[in-house]
Amino acid sequence: MTKIDFLMAGVGGQGTILASNILAEVGLQLGYDVKKAEVHGMAQRGGQVDSHVRWGEHVHSPLVEENSVDYLIGFEMLEAARFPHFMKQGSVAVVNDYRINPPLVNLGKARYPSKEEIESLLLARAGKVLWVDGTGIAKELGNPAMVGVVLLGFLSTLVGGDQEAWLAVIERMVPPKFVDLNKEAFAAGRKAAG
Amino acid sequence: MKKLMTGNEAFAYGAYLSGVRVAAAYPGTPSSEILDNFSRYPGVFAEWSPNEKVSLDVAIGAAYAGTRAMCSMKHVGLNVAADSLFYAVYTGLKSGLVIVCADDPDMHSSQNEQDNRNYAKFAKCPMLEPSDSEEAKRFVGLALEMSEAFDTPVLVRSVTRLSHSSTPVEVTAEGPPPPPPAEPPLYERNAPKFVMVPSNARRRHPVVEERIKALAAHAESMPINYIEPGDDKIGIVSAGVNYHYAKEVFPHATFLKLGMVYPLPEKLIREFAARAETVLVVEELDPFLEEQLRLMGIPARGKDVFPMLGEFSPSLIRRCAVKAGLVAAPETPPEIKTGLERPIRPPMLCPGCGHRALFHVLGEAGVLVTGDIGCYTLGWAPPISAMHTTGCMGASIGVAHGIDKAGVKDDVVAVLGDSTFLHSGVHPLIDVLYNKGVTTTIISDNNATAMTGFQEHPGTGKTVQNQTTAAVDPEKLARGIGFNKVDVCDPFDIDRMAEILQDHLQSGEPSVIISRHPCALNTKEKYTPPVIDPELCINCGLCLDIGCSPLVQEEDYVRIDTLLCNGCGLCVKVCPNEAIIKQ
Ligand SMILES: Cc1ncc(C[n+]2csc(CCOP(=O)(O)OP(=O)(O)O)c2C)c(N)n1
Repeated sequence: MTKIDFLMAGVGGQGTILASNILAEVGLQLGYDVKKAEVHGMAQRGGQVDSHVRWGEHVHSPLVEENSVDYLIGFEMLEAARFPHFMKQGSVAVVNDYRINPPLVNLGKARYPSKEEIESLLLARAGKVLWVDGTGIAKELGNPAMVGVVLLGFLSTLVGGDQEAWLAVIERMVPPKFVDLNKEAFAAGRKAAG
Repeated sequence: MKKLMTGNEAFAYGAYLSGVRVAAAYPGTPSSEILDNFSRYPGVFAEWSPNEKVSLDVAIGAAYAGTRAMCSMKHVGLNVAADSLFYAVYTGLKSGLVIVCADDPDMHSSQNEQDNRNYAKFAKCPMLEPSDSEEAKRFVGLALEMSEAFDTPVLVRSVTRLSHSSTPVEVTAEGPPPPPPAEPPLYERNAPKFVMVPSNARRRHPVVEERIKALAAHAESMPINYIEPGDDKIGIVSAGVNYHYAKEVFPHATFLKLGMVYPLPEKLIREFAARAETVLVVEELDPFLEEQLRLMGIPARGKDVFPMLGEFSPSLIRRCAVKAGLVAAPETPPEIKTGLERPIRPPMLCPGCGHRALFHVLGEAGVLVTGDIGCYTLGWAPPISAMHTTGCMGASIGVAHGIDKAGVKDDVVAVLGDSTFLHSGVHPLIDVLYNKGVTTTIISDNNATAMTGFQEHPGTGKTVQNQTTAAVDPEKLARGIGFNKVDVCDPFDIDRMAEILQDHLQSGEPSVIISRHPCALNTKEKYTPPVIDPELCINCGLCLDIGCSPLVQEEDYVRIDTLLCNGCGLCVKVCPNEAIIKQ
């Protein structure tokens, strides 16, 4: 059983925490030992939220190590760009093609990096950067907050594991009235992966 | 069956399984969810106390009465509760008492980085330190057994990374068992044990000293302190979550894993030190274990390799160990060209927040503001920049009074939140009145303990178990103490708030202003966003000075991000050219 380290990076309110909870549960379902850590400051909303999820035969640290992440899941472009040093060679970055301006950018006092700059920064270590229109797809389905499940659908095609296992966890973890919609979001994410 | 639980969920689960029936706490990151989770189990009593000292006294009372009890708090909470910890160590209890206390290395949401293991030594109280959620669950049970066997409160230490990480916990498939029917406990009166007058306390102190020796002897055979044999070139001593980080970096080393960090098992440590060529202590913050090892004459390494500050991680431990030549350097990964500007996302007051409106008025008035701890502390940061001191909870009023008594001519006001006021603001308010101060105290009342997750408090009218109860009214409280000048005002009425402020400052009387607006994030109340007329906008930037995230600077005007905007209308009021139009 090989270890798989995930790092999810997003902005408060984007649903990073629910997505990382689902990802951790899926690991447990698939028979891995699992640990998960959340790293966030005191921001209620609009601050940085990072989640570390680790699957393995036997996992010690809940925090992933630099230079060893297998999959970076960026819920927001700039947030993904903060973690090139965590990526290991040949790793994959799945990045939501979506931008949320930090306050200094809104105030016209800082520049938001371009998509090309972010991609080349990540490629210093990552093998691949895959862009997903996650928020767009989730909006089309009726709720941008489902971006996390769209990204999980995309990710599931790379990580593998029985699709039913992923869906069973989603069914258990999202509010009952949103189960069908989230299953659609998961399928849409898989489709986006081609 | 295994279930993923955060450390905090596991503490609560462990407490319920081990028969804790009374728990009390005051919120504080990263400890708050312990009581939240515990309060939802059947047949238990849980309370948010006004502050940590009260919560510890409540838990002590329950344990005196013969009911297992838990008290939980963040690290600085124990400063507030320390007086009670010290007497409880002297008196002992009747039933088990566990105090779960969470440190915050790196100060993710704290004002200091104190290492509460020092309290164990200081108060002569045993302390356990779990390393993951399974241990969090089990160690609470062990702590209660130890508490009863040795007649002492027991501290259990957590850190942010344990409290807020999820790891698998062994649970029963059918869920936790229902609580057994409880007999009302009979209080056994035993004044010589429980009345700490000098004559009794003198008899108890030797008991405390003997007890800690007995616990140290017991530590030698406790299964939670154990040696994991490996390569003896490096012998690692560690506890808590750092043990797991160290395992990543030194997978083959010999380990001494300590489940109890005070008192220490000296014989076991000597046995361990004798087999290892180098003894390396991996511990965050203070050299607490390292110093005790050195007192035993063991030349342990630790803080010469690892920092005294901040939070550890496998990355940090590897970096330090490589530098010290203790592990081989990993292959150098490809270089990352830094230099790309990646603007940070600092915490900001939310759109619609009443604190912002209050700070706008205070900023305009140019008064000196002594602050306190809560969401409103963000009033110190640019562009608002309207708070000038913040120390610990409840400090604002006393500091303002002191500045005033020093003879400073500036107008000084103290600002604190409603939960903070009821935590530790009442006594300093009494002080201002009693000692003929003139300080104006502003309670920025949002009807919640917002900073730590909207917990109820004695002013909200609800308990943690969702029962309706009496709500303490700060206005009546201030008048009851003897304040004659007390006003209540919604801060979004900025003109009236400014008038009240001037009136209070010029009155030469001690006074209280209650600036009342419910937390917008908590009530989820939203109004239609205003519209900016780009023709009328002169791009003066005054609206941007209120530091509200939906206001976006465009080329030559300001725009409102309607998705983020709460529609509170503060920007409408500050625009000098009436370019922002209420809808
Ligand atoms: C002694 C102590 N206990 C707990 C905390 C954690 N804490 C920080 S602010 C705060 C409460 C803030 O509530 P309130 O005063 O109502 O202000 P709000 O955040 O709602 O604006 C708490 C519990 C602390 N810093 N110190």
